[in-house]
Amino acid sequence: MSYQAPIKEQQFVLETIACINDFAVFPAFENATPDVVDAILSEAGKFSAGVFAPLNKVGDRHGATWSDGVVTLPEGFQAAYKQYVDNGWGSLGADTVHGGQGLPFVLATAVQEQMTSANMAFSLCSMLTLGAIEALQVHASDEQKKLYLTKLVTGEWTGTMNLTEPQAGSDVGALRTKAEAQADGTYRINGSKIYITWGEHDCAENIIHLVLARLPDAPPGTKGISLFIVPKFIVNSDSTIGARNDVRCVSIEHKLGIHASPTCTMSFGDNHACIGYLVGAEGAGMRAMFTMMNHARINVGLQGVAIAERAMQGAVLYAKDRVQSAKFGGPGREAVRIIEHVDVRRMLMILRSTTEAIRALTYLNAACVDRAHAETDPDKQKAAHGLADLLTPVTKAYATDMGVEMSALAIQVFGGMGYVEETGAAQHYRDARIAPIYEGTNGIQALDLIGRKLPMDGGVHWRNLFSDVRSFTNSLPKSGDLGLLKPYLEDALEALNTATVWMVGNDGPDANDSAAGASLYLRMFGITMGGWLLAKQAVAAQDKLAAAEGDQSFLKAKIITARFFCEQILPQAVAMLGPVTRGDSLMMALSDEQFLVA
Amino acid sequence: MRILVPVKRVVDYNVKVRVKADQTGIDLANVKMSMNPFDEIAVEEALRLREKGVATEVVVVSIGIQQCTETLRTALAMGADRGILVKTDVGTESLMVAKILAKICADEQPGMVILGKQAIDDDANQTGQMLAALLGWSQGTFASKIVVDGAMVVVTREVDGGLETINLKLPAIISADLRLNEPRYASLPNIMKAKSKKIDEKTPADYCVSDATRLQTIKVTEPPKRLAGVKVKTVEELVEKLKEAGAIA
Ligand SMILES: Cc1cc2nc3c(=O)[nH]c(=O)nc-3n(C[C@H](O)[C@H](O)[C@H](O)COP(=O)(O)OP(=O)(O)OC[C@H]3O[C@@H](n4cnc5c(N)ncnc54)[C@H](O)[C@@H]3O)c2cc1C
Repeated sequence: MSYQAPIKEQQFVLETIACINDFAVFPAFENATPDVVDAILSEAGKFSAGVFAPLNKVGDRHGATWSDGVVTLPEGFQAAYKQYVDNGWGSLGADTVHGGQGLPFVLATAVQEQMTSANMAFSLCSMLTLGAIEALQVHASDEQKKLYLTKLVTGEWTGTMNLTEPQAGSDVGALRTKAEAQADGTYRINGSKIYITWGEHDCAENIIHLVLARLPDAPPGTKGISLFIVPKFIVNSDSTIGARNDVRCVSIEHKLGIHASPTCTMSFGDNHACIGYLVGAEGAGMRAMFTMMNHARINVGLQGVAIAERAMQGAVLYAKDRVQSAKFGGPGREAVRIIEHVDVRRMLMILRSTTEAIRALTYLNAACVDRAHAETDPDKQKAAHGLADLLTPVTKAYATDMGVEMSALAIQVFGGMGYVEETGAAQHYRDARIAPIYEGTNGIQALDLIGRKLPMDGGVHWRNLFSDVRSFTNSLPKSGDLGLLKPYLEDALEALNTATVWMVGNDGPDANDSAAGASLYLRMFGITMGGWLLAKQAVAAQDKLAAAEGDQSFLKAKIITARFFCEQILPQAVAMLGPVTRGDSLMMALSDEQFLVA
Repeated sequence: MRILVPVKRVVDYNVKVRVKADQTGIDLANVKMSMNPFDEIAVEEALRLREKGVATEVVVVSIGIQQCTETLRTALAMGADRGILVKTDVGTESLMVAKILAKICADEQPGMVILGKQAIDDDANQTGQMLAALLGWSQGTFASKIVVDGAMVVVTREVDGGLETINLKLPAIISADLRLNEPRYASLPNIMKAKSKKIDEKTPADYCVSDATRLQTIKVTEPPKRLAGVKVKTVEELVEKLKEAGAIA
């Protein structure tokens, strides 16, 4: 199934939710004028659809293969990656001093959405590289930046993130990979990592691994972790490529989806000669990782958006084509296209409105990161930073959960043809399933939200956010299409506020009660944000309609999807208040033994 | 050598067009518009000739409404050097376009004009030929290969019977066929550079050409719906049916 970038929708969200037209006033983003934004979306859309999308099925069928330490991508990937590099797409958001275009993260996000919809497995390569660039831009020394950033920004070299070890998944602090200081200022790295995305491949001339490891005398836990650059090929001081470093990919995983994204087991220092270069101070590795986590978690949330969009496009095209059964209740007995059946319409409306909701949330989150970077007023900067941090776990977990649910729903639209592999619908579902797991499982995101993000700065960020939603809701007219949204939004916000007050009120021995409700609470948060952001878009659409601007049919649809989401999905948030606040007693009531019945 | 490439803004090739309710034309409201695909091929060829050192400058021209600037920007983002917009809200009939292009050729003195062989909206396939006639230049239409050799250009043409190779004296008019090349995707740095490239704005009056329409559209209708077919059992029956339909004698 082919992919077409939803450019009109992306432009609308960038304009009305991310407020990108205000960005060009920031000195950091002076190039982000509306004409440039439009040209980039349209050209990147062509590229994704024309170069990445045709490789999606091949990548799934044939996958990456491993032989004697060498990982080979299916035919076509190397050439497509080269084209990606030649066309400079990887440089969009990077600093201009390192050869980047210095454009806003939210615009890079929109472009990354297109690439991910087109080919999620492939887009992971650039996603990891962007993460490495971000970490180095903030934490590396000037010399390291000079040596590594330019080629990472062009994409000639790719990056990886090496955290996970068999005993250290969610608990990164449990990692054991060792680093020992050498007389020449470098470090010897020893240990192994698992599940390293794009840890080895044949698309780029060098791979820059960012590796978390522990010094011999380091304290236990996350405080004892340091970050190292471990290049596949050593980079000489004149930037030329030198000797092969002692790091190898010893195997790749066989897995449910993203078959063209090699998931590698990496071995460092088999011959005691793996050279690493310390980034930042000893023991500051976790802090460096947190810098890139905001980006990476938003980018993983974005995968939920991208895959939901792709799955929806396939479902809509199929529903317009497949003829089956007469309509319920007549009048005729003639079979109709399934898009005419009301239950299929229900599924398509859920797909459409949910995809729009998570896109708006993700772009808002990315725009907050930009504002935190570009605002010069310290109060505004702090507020943007706080909101970005607060929303990040919600974006990551809610959007990726929806990616899975929406790709499953899309299969349902296809019926049996969705379950067989031929149509591609099944692939989206298999690909989507990883996103709630990596980059911090969604369970960990929920704990981050209640444990770290709600109490941050005395709770000022969630209070400000809720008060923004409340004043928006109050400003809605009493009647008309927009008036219809109002009671649903009021109820959802009321419930979310009550749940939040309950969450932050539980400490000490009650903490487990909060943890018991955390995941559902995060869902409630996400749904409410979705309703609010779709309603904001409906208001913007109504204004444009009144001014006779823009595409009338698109704008009218915006109001309908907002109404559908508010009427059909937002009430779920209200209903979640009870379950969220019941505490842990029933969850802990069965003994471990009672779970399995002989 | 300078190469001139005219580019037309047309309905995107992915769009299923619909006839307006009053049958006066195609409904263009909020329909996605793009550069005519054959013109993209023409731009690509000009850029390749520049990259080979054959040409030194690629100038793109679009004739039509203000939004044609977007089409010019697309060509500039592919790598063209500068643009000319000839603004008219009336229409873009082939003869008027050819007359304006002829005047632009007089100003710009290109060594070659490469056009798409036709535009996918009206499929007229005549602007290049008209331009050649107006200028008295040689023409190589439906090109699938272009090789410049000194003061000559060797053009391989796609003709009904196969391929025809002709030698033309420069300056020449060449129209691009589908297999001439595969157009590139615009690169991000070029998209950024395109913003600051120059686009001159002109009007037909600047070239002393009237943009009044000469053609009158009487009515636009959708093609008739395809009717259901019949299954035939034997070859004889097929021949019989074809005779009945007057398809064979
Ligand atoms: C395809 C793929 C690609 C990956 N790419 C990378 C990569 O590039 N780099 C990298 O470093 N890692 C990568 N990972 C690893 C990934 O980030 C981890 O799998 C993930 O963090 C979860 O760790 P785990 O698998 O050990 O699960 P566990 O941590 O064992 O978790 C199992 C379950 O327990 C829950 N759980 C764990 N701790 C808690 C807690 N404190 N409270 C409540 N619940 C908890 C989890 O939510 C989960 O449901 C990748 C994994 C996969 C499958």
